[in-house]
Amino acid sequence: MDKEELKKVIYDLVEASTGKKKLKQTDILKKVSADKGIEKDEVKAALRELVDAGTLIFTYFGGSYIEIPPKA
Amino acid sequence: MSKKYQTPLLDELKKGAFPSFVTEIEKAAEHSDMAADLLGLVELSYKERMTHWKHGGIVGVRGYGGGVIGRYSDIPEKFPGVAHFHTVRINSPSGFFYTSDAIRQVCDIWDKYGSGLTNMHGSTGDLVLLGTKTEHLESIFAEFSSRGWDLGGSGSAMRTPSCCVGKARCEWANIDTMAITNDITQHFQDEMHRPAFPYKFKFKTAGCAVDCIASIARADMSIIGTWKGDIQIDQAEVKNYKGKIDIQAEVIGMCPTGCMKMSGDQLVIDNSNCSRCMHCLARMPKALRPGKERGATLLMGSKAPIVTGALMSWVIVPFIKMEPPYEEFYELIGKIWEWWDENGKNRERIGELIERVGFPRFLKDLDIKPHPAMVKEPRRDPFFFWSEEDIVR
Repeated sequence: MDKEELKKVIYDLVEASTGKKKLKQTDILKKVSADKGIEKDEVKAALRELVDAGTLIFTYFGGSYIEIPPKA
Repeated sequence: MSKKYQTPLLDELKKGAFPSFVTEIEKAAEHSDMAADLLGLVELSYKERMTHWKHGGIVGVRGYGGGVIGRYSDIPEKFPGVAHFHTVRINSPSGFFYTSDAIRQVCDIWDKYGSGLTNMHGSTGDLVLLGTKTEHLESIFAEFSSRGWDLGGSGSAMRTPSCCVGKARCEWANIDTMAITNDITQHFQDEMHRPAFPYKFKFKTAGCAVDCIASIARADMSIIGTWKGDIQIDQAEVKNYKGKIDIQAEVIGMCPTGCMKMSGDQLVIDNSNCSRCMHCLARMPKALRPGKERGATLLMGSKAPIVTGALMSWVIVPFIKMEPPYEEFYELIGKIWEWWDENGKNRERIGELIERVGFPRFLKDLDIKPHPAMVKEPRRDPFFFWSEEDIVR
């Protein structure tokens, strides 16, 4: 799967769960890996690019989660 | 200088023989509004018997998921200096050795961007910098990074590993704790900076069973130096200790397994019954030395009482050679984390998971062979795997 396409899948998953369920990094790796039939490491690399770019961020609410940053 | 707030309750904590954190915050308050407002806020919390801190949230530096712990006051209008009061964790060096220049560097950056208050070291082992604002975080990170420092771990991640001073200052270290800690830190950078676990995971490495870093009570993975073979005895030095200490009462009588005795002037040790607790070696350092084959015991699962009660570590590998490149060790850690990821609940420490599903299941899933050294309470709790046939019989 193309990396940009994979990044969009991850972003869409996080966006869809916003306000319903906070996702941990491992939730995203398991779900996308199972749905798309790709290795977790590949998902992890794409997720890392999203976090490094600030498109997604880590938050802490009694545990660490991946979320969309608030609009400035 | 006059105080910004009257703090009669905090003033009580300045009395007595011990150093007081209140005194230190007051000193910082002479040149820091954050420290001054901190005194006012804490006094109010003591008076009302409730916290005025909110913890966590969306705060950090770009690309990292840890190293900054968000803290806000719920009454920023009363104490604007501590509206934000985030903690920054800096990865401490192995064994906590610093040059005076390094400490000066840390303090200069912190005086520039933070409250000037530090905690060296936090219980995880990080160099903890207390109190800064969200808008300063990227600058703080850039300043530390450019000088070779890095943030430590926080959240559901591997926390900054820590260790005793090991071979740097202690001749009893059975393993090179500082090298191991540095290697773990470098090997698991991703796991430390990008939280991916159900909850926190701590490594602590002690050179021997005296456990100066208290790994057995504080680490999800305790690495404790030990040895194989017989304790080395210098009988001439044993003789020298006679008259200086009461060998019978202080050494033989306190051996937890009762494996020592005197035969005339000779100290005799039944090494097959020695649990390698280090007590005798620590009492008679000139007479006794560890066996020649050195390595470590790996234990799992200790923790402080946060979500559930406190746990002590439990032996999972009685003896492992801890030498670079530590392949066997890292392979085991990978398997353990995978098992935790598959089976752990959110905010469940690995020790709690083992307690919940049972130690036999942990051993079977990870294909670790049971060993008598794994008994949780030695000599009280024999460890058996009963099969159906055993029960029928």
